[in-house]
Amino acid sequence: MSERSERTVRRSDETPEHPDFLWRDPEPRRHYDVVIVGAGGHGLATAYYLAKNHGITDVAVLERGWLAGGNMARNTTIIRSNYLWDESAAIYEHALKLWEGLEDDLGYPIRFSQRGVLNLAHNLGDVREGRRRVNANRLNGVDAEWLTPDEVKKVCPILNTSPDVRYPVLGATFQPRAGIAKHDYVAWGFARGAYQRGVDLIQNCEVHGFRRDGERVVGVETSRGFIGAGAVALSAAGHTSVLAEQLGFRLPLQSHPLQALVSELLEQVLDTVVMSNSVHVYVSQAHKGELVLGAGIDAYNGYGQRGSFHVIEQQMAAAVELFPIFSRAHVLRTWGGIVDVSPDASPIIGRAPVDGVYVNCGWGTGGFKATPGVGWVYADTIAHGRPHPLAEPFALERFVTGALIDEHGAAAVAH
Amino acid sequence: MRFVFDGREHIAEPGDTLAAALLRNGVRIVATSLYAGRPRGVFGIGAEEPNAYVHVDSGGGETMLRATQVEVYDGLRARSLAGKGDLGTEPDTARYDKTHAHCDVLVVGAGPAGLAAALAAGASGARVILADEQPALGGGLLGARALLDGAPAADWLAAAAARLAAMPEVRVLPRTTVTGYHDHNYLTAVERRADCLADPPPHMARQRLWHIRARQVVLAAGAHERPIAFADNDRPGVMLAGAAASYAWRHGVLPGRRAVVFGAHDGALVAARDLADAGVEVAALADVRDGSVVVGTEADADGVLTAALIAPLGADGRPAGAPERVGCDLLAVSGGWDPAVHLCSQSGGRLAWSDEVAAFVPATSAQQERSVGAARGTFDLAAALAEGSDAGAQAAEATGFQGSGAELPTVESVPMDRQSPADERPFGAGRALAGRPPAAFFCVEPADEAAAGRVFVDLQRDATLRDLRRAVGAGMTSSEHVKRYTTIGTAADQGRTSGVLAVGLLANVLGRSMTDVGTTTYRPPYTPMSFALLAGRDRGRLADPERITALHAWHEARGAPFEDVGQWKRPWYFPQPGETGQPQDTMEQAVLRECRAAREDVAAMDASTLGKIELQGADVGEFLDRIYTGVFSALKVGRCKYGVMCAADGMVLDDGTVSRLSEGRWLMTTTTGNAGVVLDWLEEWLQTEWPSLDVRCTSVTEQWATVALVGPRSREVLAGLAPDLDVSNESFRFMDFREAEVAGLPARVFRISFSGELAYEINTPSWYGLALWQAVMAAGVTPYGTETMHVLRAEKGFVIVGQETDGTVTPQDLGMGWAVSKKKPDFVGKRSHQRADTARAGRKQLVGLLPDDARTVLAEGAQLVTGPPPTPPTPTHGHVTSSYRSAALERPFALAMVIDGAARHGETLYAVDGDQVTPVTVVEPVRYDKEGARRDG
Ligand SMILES: Cc1cc2nc3c(=O)[nH]c(=O)nc-3n(C[C@H](O)[C@H](O)[C@H](O)COP(=O)(O)OP(=O)(O)OC[C@H]3O[C@@H](n4cnc5c(N)ncnc54)[C@H](O)[C@@H]3O)c2cc1C
Repeated sequence: MSERSERTVRRSDETPEHPDFLWRDPEPRRHYDVVIVGAGGHGLATAYYLAKNHGITDVAVLERGWLAGGNMARNTTIIRSNYLWDESAAIYEHALKLWEGLEDDLGYPIRFSQRGVLNLAHNLGDVREGRRRVNANRLNGVDAEWLTPDEVKKVCPILNTSPDVRYPVLGATFQPRAGIAKHDYVAWGFARGAYQRGVDLIQNCEVHGFRRDGERVVGVETSRGFIGAGAVALSAAGHTSVLAEQLGFRLPLQSHPLQALVSELLEQVLDTVVMSNSVHVYVSQAHKGELVLGAGIDAYNGYGQRGSFHVIEQQMAAAVELFPIFSRAHVLRTWGGIVDVSPDASPIIGRAPVDGVYVNCGWGTGGFKATPGVGWVYADTIAHGRPHPLAEPFALERFVTGALIDEHGAAAVAH
Repeated sequence: MRFVFDGREHIAEPGDTLAAALLRNGVRIVATSLYAGRPRGVFGIGAEEPNAYVHVDSGGGETMLRATQVEVYDGLRARSLAGKGDLGTEPDTARYDKTHAHCDVLVVGAGPAGLAAALAAGASGARVILADEQPALGGGLLGARALLDGAPAADWLAAAAARLAAMPEVRVLPRTTVTGYHDHNYLTAVERRADCLADPPPHMARQRLWHIRARQVVLAAGAHERPIAFADNDRPGVMLAGAAASYAWRHGVLPGRRAVVFGAHDGALVAARDLADAGVEVAALADVRDGSVVVGTEADADGVLTAALIAPLGADGRPAGAPERVGCDLLAVSGGWDPAVHLCSQSGGRLAWSDEVAAFVPATSAQQERSVGAARGTFDLAAALAEGSDAGAQAAEATGFQGSGAELPTVESVPMDRQSPADERPFGAGRALAGRPPAAFFCVEPADEAAAGRVFVDLQRDATLRDLRRAVGAGMTSSEHVKRYTTIGTAADQGRTSGVLAVGLLANVLGRSMTDVGTTTYRPPYTPMSFALLAGRDRGRLADPERITALHAWHEARGAPFEDVGQWKRPWYFPQPGETGQPQDTMEQAVLRECRAAREDVAAMDASTLGKIELQGADVGEFLDRIYTGVFSALKVGRCKYGVMCAADGMVLDDGTVSRLSEGRWLMTTTTGNAGVVLDWLEEWLQTEWPSLDVRCTSVTEQWATVALVGPRSREVLAGLAPDLDVSNESFRFMDFREAEVAGLPARVFRISFSGELAYEINTPSWYGLALWQAVMAAGVTPYGTETMHVLRAEKGFVIVGQETDGTVTPQDLGMGWAVSKKKPDFVGKRSHQRADTARAGRKQLVGLLPDDARTVLAEGAQLVTGPPPTPPTPTHGHVTSSYRSAALERPFALAMVIDGAARHGETLYAVDGDQVTPVTVVEPVRYDKEGARRDG
């Protein structure tokens, strides 16, 4: 028998060994100090930091489906911190710094890969805004460079930077420290860390109502019965507005489908992340070799996790236009998530209008990158009953005062 | 037919798939596995194939195709892959088409059930589309041995095809895979056209993407054979049993000489019989239901199968006792048939495990669809035909046709008790088929942990039983988690041979029911679709429509470079001979000259791209009062007015002018890039908030060509072109509008200025646009482009929406409080202007900047700080929005948005762009003719 035929499967370093132990499913207890609604990346990270940073471990994370099966399982995992405004740069850069130590902190091979992110400019307006953002980033201590088309070509040789495409590449912003990570592993890493510290992760447990005592929330009604809570922290992404309605307040959120897709495994062709907002496509090649591409948002509102086919067609046209060699790749799987979009394309973090309730939502198309950062500041906010300094500008009140942090006009980059 | 595989030439027979041809030529190793590097052979016969993925080099070339679905043509060149595709360096330049179709009944799959459905629906007169991914109709009947109406199945197939062809409303699409089932019975399908041809005609699209809107759908996509997992189940020579038999009977290819058949249902026995009848020696038959299983295999030095190890099953469901070694070169395995429930699941239908069928079957329908035949677990041929016919008739009836079912053939299967000629052992006696239910059996327990690492659940991903157990051990209880932990089911075969296995294993370990564990969600597409196909013709120049003005050819002939503004191509500047050097230098020289012409003489620009919306109705004035920040209802006929509109958050959305053409007709202009946005915005308010207003909006952007005539001599030029028009300052005032004949053409003339000069905008119907422009040029006017337009307006401190503004700027921030009515009770954005942060002092405000060295042209996008050199974090005080070299000012200047800018004139700031830091002085934004004397003169 040949050596070749007898080899058992030893995962090369392309697929890391997962830990032998992640978490166990407990029965829900009758009361917790803190109940987090939604076991996406944000809910899990919040539970982890509540336990780790604040010693608050009487915590349950309630998830209506399987753990981290919402947007956390569906996003294209782009991580960057090159946002325009100081407030955004501060929270995303805080997250990026955490990402840089997260693999060690969680003891989990989360495949964080700082391969750089290019944001392409295709018209003079893009160029202007790109440079503006690069300069703002540098003043904020966020690594950022402006690249000419030739420099772009060096970073990403397979990109079509010739002038004869419909919208030629006129330059790009580049953040070398940006990159991607493996979403599931991140979620499981946080879940394991939280579980080890005593947090209950309760799957198949849908919150469908809240119980109040006067102005104050005292617990949640779930598909597995009533669960009492000292504080309730919403982290339900695309479904936050549904929960807010049950609590009797309205959030300035619109939920939209957002789709993504993967190709089959391919030999390495792309070792950075490329995003184009004008031509609308963003792509990276995951560590196993599949191309991961995100599409545009579907224009209509909805909670069904499926988007429109023509959006995928447009996205592929853009992909092939910018990366001619992608023409031979195949779409293996498409899917959709539901993203919660706020009027200024910035998140809402802080106290809700009901005592004991906290909100974290509005991350829209770009909250994966914030996962450790938001977990950190949200946990701190819950632990102290007041907004963490980085969360302060993102309070719900800004829609009353008008102190918006508008990230679509200038950053003009969705993810 | 000759073809080349991995550099070696072979001979194929017509009708061969690449997999069949490889088996025919004795090629046993067709791939190397992804991680373990183990040799792999052909495993299946269709879309379920997990091993044999190839790269085709001939023709247009394509990567990661299943050899089981590649049709061989003379000259085909292909190579094996190790679980990963190779994109190469050359793009696929083949043509891909898209088409749309509507039908009453779409039948997916042309096996017996699908054919019966199509015949029944077609007979009713309904519009039917029948799609099948194979080149020939027949599905499971291809190569089948049953007699239909006493004749070979092929005869009935030929007759059925002929009947369908004779039905005028039936369209049959072979080589067409229905890939997606979306909402509202909207399905997509991929038709392969040129790929099967050695020499396709050049006009032929390689593939065609169908967008099908079907009123009713019949899903008859058949079933995929499911293996059973055991140690070393991945050797070349281990195959699905039904697939092995089909190669023999359909392609005349024996996938082995001596076979062991291992199964858990009657289908495996049928396969064994068929293999034997085809001339394969069936050395042993292991039927789980008889307590006999394959526990492992042996291989030769190349890793190719040489023997199967068979052992009895103990009472605990584990193998018991020493295995018997049976030499073989084919191990035909069949754990059962999994109905192709993919499309049903995609459509929103739910699945449930059926003990009777031992498979997941459709349980609920979410859309107008019915599953029939093997696709719903009906494997008996006669029953499948009847089901198909009923479904076809019902579907036709549901769309208003009178259905009556198809005429069905009698079915005679090959009796099982016939003695196999090639083998002593009978397949009938003691193994009666009737009434033997299938066993739900997924995996033979390996001897030890090491062996569990060689029990392959997902062959393509090299994922094993050990991986799955680790996932469960780690605490994972959901099939979605297990899939993600182990990667089972995520490969290019989309888990067709591994998905249900994994569910079965999980259900066993967790002690839960199959339905409870459930499959992972089936997502489109059904089989992988090429990027190029999805892109279709929307590539290159067709990636997005190019909008050009009526004057475009003239600009091109004059050598103007173009700027993309939205979809428009706008001339950027008009270089002249002598203006040389790098593009940047040429532009600077041209722009300085154009600017001088506009300020000192007369110049003209093609302004046709400005959005133009005509508003009609009794309430337009009231509507505009609500939409703009200023008052428009009082505008007199023949007058124009500048306006700013805000979004609900009070931030500037767009600006432009409104002219009152007559009592009830108004013309609004918008910025070039925002024309569509503004029209949507107007319609949104009219349709959702103020439906009672009598206002109709029509885009007329493309109906009019616009020439902006600018400069001190513009009046003189206009007078020459329009002798009948009184152009005197008294009768044709600033912001007047006149209809006139200009250069003998019907025209609207507006005295509007975006440059600060005496200026006119002349509109003429688009088809006269070029004539008007030529007449203007003939009068000795200098043409100018968008860059000069930018400089001229910036010298005057006029903003460009999207350049000075970015969605965070109010009219007041721009120093345009004068454009915001204090008297109107309401307008869009008014309430937001009163919010604490929006109303506060010290917001970012528009200013001018003068670089202290009077030489440097600041970079647009530079940030402004209070002192050099900035070390992070340095708070920014604003940014440069526009920056130019000015001919009129004889120096560079810029516009910027600066915190509390209006109060900081005279202050020094530092503009930071990359590593470059330039001191600048804050000044007021209007740098030229502040009094407006030139404009009004
Ligand atoms: C296609 C796509 C691509 C994306 N790409 C990127 C990207 O590249 N980079 C990036 O930074 N971001 C990206 N995002 C956005 C990112 O995924 C989200 O912003 C982020 O995941 C949201 O936080 P979360 O992980 O907590 O959300 P989720 O994972 O959606 O978590 C919310 C959870 O709440 C649960 N829940 C909802 N209602 C209830 C209830 N009543 N009771 C109990 N549980 C409930 C849900 O089931 C879900 O598990 C993308 C999103 C999508 C859809």
